[in-house]
Parts: sequence; structure tokens; C-alpha cells
Amino acid sequence: MGRIHLHGVSKSFGPVTVIPPLDLAIEDGEFVVFVGPSGCGKSTLLRLIAGLEDVTEGRIEIDGRDATRIPPARRGLAMVFQSYALYPHMSVRRNIAFPLRMAGLPRAEQDRRVEAAARVLNLTDYLDRRPGQLSGGQRQRVAIGRAIVREPAAFLFDEPLSNLDAALRVGMRLEIAELHNRLGTTMIYVTHDQVEAMTMADKIVVLNAGRIEQVGSPLDLYRRPRNLFVAGFIGSPRMNLLGGEEARRHGAATIGIRPEHVRITPEGGPWRGTIGVSEHLGSDTFLHVRCDGIPEPVTVRAGGEVGLHHGDTVFLTPDPAGLHRFDDNGQRIE
Amino acid sequence: MSTRHSRAAARLMMTPSVLLLLGWMLIPLGLTLYFSFLRYNLLMPGTETWAGWSNYYYFLTDPSFTTAVRNTLVLVGGVLVITVAGGILLALLLDQPIWGRGIVRLLVIAPFFVMPTVSALVWQNMFMNPVNGVFAWLAQTMGMRPFDFFGRAPLASIVWIVSWQWLPFATLILLTALQSLDQEQMEAAEMDGAGPLSRFAFITLPHLARAITVVILIQTIFLLSVFAEILVTTNGGPGMATTTLTYLIYVQSLLQFDVGMGSAGGVIAIILANIVAIFLMRMIGRNLDR
Repeated sequence: MGRIHLHGVSKSFGPVTVIPPLDLAIEDGEFVVFVGPSGCGKSTLLRLIAGLEDVTEGRIEIDGRDATRIPPARRGLAMVFQSYALYPHMSVRRNIAFPLRMAGLPRAEQDRRVEAAARVLNLTDYLDRRPGQLSGGQRQRVAIGRAIVREPAAFLFDEPLSNLDAALRVGMRLEIAELHNRLGTTMIYVTHDQVEAMTMADKIVVLNAGRIEQVGSPLDLYRRPRNLFVAGFIGSPRMNLLGGEEARRHGAATIGIRPEHVRITPEGGPWRGTIGVSEHLGSDTFLHVRCDGIPEPVTVRAGGEVGLHHGDTVFLTPDPAGLHRFDDNGQRIE
Repeated sequence: MSTRHSRAAARLMMTPSVLLLLGWMLIPLGLTLYFSFLRYNLLMPGTETWAGWSNYYYFLTDPSFTTAVRNTLVLVGGVLVITVAGGILLALLLDQPIWGRGIVRLLVIAPFFVMPTVSALVWQNMFMNPVNGVFAWLAQTMGMRPFDFFGRAPLASIVWIVSWQWLPFATLILLTALQSLDQEQMEAAEMDGAGPLSRFAFITLPHLARAITVVILIQTIFLLSVFAEILVTTNGGPGMATTTLTYLIYVQSLLQFDVGMGSAGGVIAIILANIVAIFLMRMIGRNLDR
């Protein structure tokens, strides 16, 4: 079980309010990702749930029980830290066994659970090594192992992949997603990387300056961003956000259109422009086009390899179905 | 520094300092060794004769030698225990965010800057003196008889004075080590269900192991040669109660004017210090490898 409900939770450090009161419901078995730019309060929110920070106002409920004043160890949550926070003087085995040892479990039971966790995480050959002798990915797995032996109600991940190199990050991302499928335990995952959020989450919580901008499934957020912030944050490369004359023609202060919703039409189209930089990825080509009458450069996705280069003149046709409109306050217009 | 030419030049450049350091160490050591084999008494100048091993024989069989070795070990061991334990406690306290932390830290470090002679005099005359001392006054106000520290517990009193001087050093080293402890580790341990005592035992103490090793090694080197505190307060007495190896060598060579015997004692002290050093490195030096 791992239902976590926040009711009017806020956090202030002295006079500075980091998180204004917010409500959030996380259901059992969900993989929830908190995503936002650095300093948006996502880690603080996670630490509030963990109990490592005291909430200023509001109530945290875990499985229907008020956990606001319960110390972190007894909330039944396990956390994986950004720096892994392994105990450097203990072997991998003793690291993973540490929470069990603190809980006073019998030695045989400790060993059994550590072996089981090590099998799941492919750590069996490394049990007698020290953390210092492991690679980044292995340390990450030890940290996860230390979390799963406790059989917690929910896992909390605080930017766990940000210290890994790009290739390893993709691998660990899959492993964590698989672990979630197998265990079915609630997971809360903090990241600033929207790709991680999109690929792993059941539910994404987009945070900005401590406020929740939008909560929803990855595709929800992608298809119907509620405001300009979410529109700009989710999706890579980011959505084209155009203001001025072009937006006014659509009756909005700003319009947004994703690169894949702009088609290149050789014969003619509403927007005429010159290609600036083109990024060839093999599977896709991203063209940055300067259009007449539009101050912002427009990013366009073209499938596969296209024979267009710097300086070529192209016509662009936005797909009306992929057009997002936003008002003066940055809110979505339906 | 990779070509053969530059390596040769580097060696040439280093030669003067290496030679100077070698001479600096080897000449006094050689002279001490030489004197230790002479019958050399300052009261009978000009009568030096070869004495063979007899200086060593008499120094080692003198009953005051075993007493001195025992006193030295008690002094070094006692001070180490007090400073390491006290240093850890003080470091833990000073690591807490308190108002005026900067000033408190400065005050804690202050005793380290007081000369040994001065601190011994201050402790002897202003604190531990059975007539004028603060402790005597305290005891009397509470209706108790003043305790004659240097008369009845001379070695313990000296251990205390020396500990007072070295506590700041231990605190300082341990405090810096404590500040390098990763806070996420502490939080992880907290989430893992470790209470404050377990966190101290399983996380803080192992983290401090290396710093404690450094404190023990450095302090041992300096504590083996503690001298001023003994000379100023007890003169090695009463009887032999506070005569350490260092003080015994001083007595032999400068009070009994027996330079030969003193030198032999010096050589023995060097050997004993090295034995202690080897033991220490064996026991705790492993901590430095990590």
C-alpha cells in the first residue's frame, strides 16, 4: 500500500516561502514524477513527504494515516538520494542490510532479504565490495537495493540518475521502470529532465516556483498543456511559442505549435522562411527556420533525411489541430 | 620533468637541501650515539674514555628506568584518551549551529596558543594550589578539605594539564573531519531507521576514524617529549612519581652531569619511540590507506 495525500502543504524557510500551500493525491502503485526547472521546489516537496523537512502548514497522509509529525524512519518510505549516500566504510552487503539491522531483524532474515535484493539488481557478485570499488551505475543499484529490502510503502527518488553518464542513464531509466512494473509499489521520482519524466511516469507533476502547474499523464501534458510554462517545458525540442501578429490572427496572446505539427510544403504555405541551422539526427531532422513576419525562429521536425540546407527558402504549414492558444495570462484557451 | 636532462637538473637542484637536511639530522644523531659509548661526565672534563655498552647497561638496569617508561605510557595514554574522547564531544557540540559560533570556536582553540610553561604555572598556582587555588577555594566554600593535586595525584594532574593543552588540537582536526561528513548519508541513515546513537556509532565514528588516527599519531609524537609541564610543576616528583623517560634523560645529563648516560638514555628513547610508532602504524595506520 502506498497512498500519499498532501492537504494544503506549504514550506517556508524563515520569511521565504518555497512552497505555497498545495494539494496532491498520489494513488497506490503509481509512478509519479515531479518535474520542473532547478529551484522549483521539487526536491523540497519530496523531502517534505520523506519527513526530512518539517512542513510549515498542512497535512501529509500516508495510507489514510496522518504522517505529518511521524519521524522519517516510521513513515514506511524509502529514499534513493542523488549522491547515492552509501555508507563508504561498509560492504555492499552491510549497506543493503543496514535498514534491516536497524529494525532489529534476525541475522538469517537479513541475509535472505539482502540476497534476494541482490539477485533482483544483479549485485550478487559485488556483495563483499566497498562502494568505492563500484561504478556509478552499480552504486545506484546498491542505493536502490537498500531501499527495496525495507519493502516500503513507497519509494522516493531524488534525481537518482543525474550523476550518471548519458548511456548509463538510459539503461538505469529502463531498470527503474522495470522495477516498478515488477514490484508495483508507489514511486515518487524527482527530476529536472523532462525526457525522464515523459518516459517513466504514470503521472507527471509539473512544478514551477513551488506551485503545481499541471498534473496529468505524460500524453495529457503533451497534448493539452494547461499553460505556457507546461507547454514550453514538456517536449523536446520545445514547442514553438509565437506571439505578436501571428497569434492575434488566431485570437490569442501566444500560440504554440510543436515542431512535428509544422509541415514543410515546397509549393507554398502560410509561412515563408529561410533555414538557419539544421540538426540531422538520422531518424529526424530539426530545422530552425526564420519566417517572414514572425520574430521567433520556428523549429520544424522533418522525418528522416531531407535535402534542405542552410539558406534554403521553404514554406511552412502549421497543422491547425496541433495549434495551442494561450491568453494574456499564459492560460490555455479551449 | 620528463626528459633525462631536466631530471638530472632537478636532482642537482635538490642536492643542497637534501644534504643540509641529512647533516641536520645525522650529525646530532651521530654525536649522541658516539657520546653514549663514552664515559663522559661534565664534572670530570677531559677524562672521557671508551665505555662500551656499560652506559646502556646501567641505564636499563636502573629501577628508575622502568618507572619512567611506565609513567611515560600513562601520560601519553591518558592524554590520548582524554583528548580524543573530549575532542569528539566538543567537535560534535561545535558543529551545531549556535549563536556566536565563531567566538566559541576561537575560545576553544585558545589553550593551544598558551606556552606549556605558562599553562603549567597557571594550573599549578591558580587552580590546583591547595592554599590559593580556585579548586581549593571551591572545596572550602562547600565545606570540604582542599585536595593537594600535585602531592597526592601528581601524574594525573600533569595528564590533566597536558590534556587541556592538546584538547583544542584534537577538537580542531575532528571538527574539520566532521564538517566533511556528507549530510545525505546522515539523512539516508535517518530514513533507514537509525536513531541518533546508531547514527553516531555507524556513520559518524567510522567517518572520523581517519582523523582520529591522525590525532593519535601526531599527539603521540609530541606527548613522548613532554617536559616543561613536569619541570615547572613537580620536578619529576614526589619521588619518581612523575619522572618520564624524557625527564629521566634530563636528570641524568644535566643534573648528574653524566652526558654518556644521558646519551644512552636518548638512544633508548629513540628506539622505544620507534617501537611505539611501528605498533601504532600497525594498529591504526591501516585507516590512512583508504
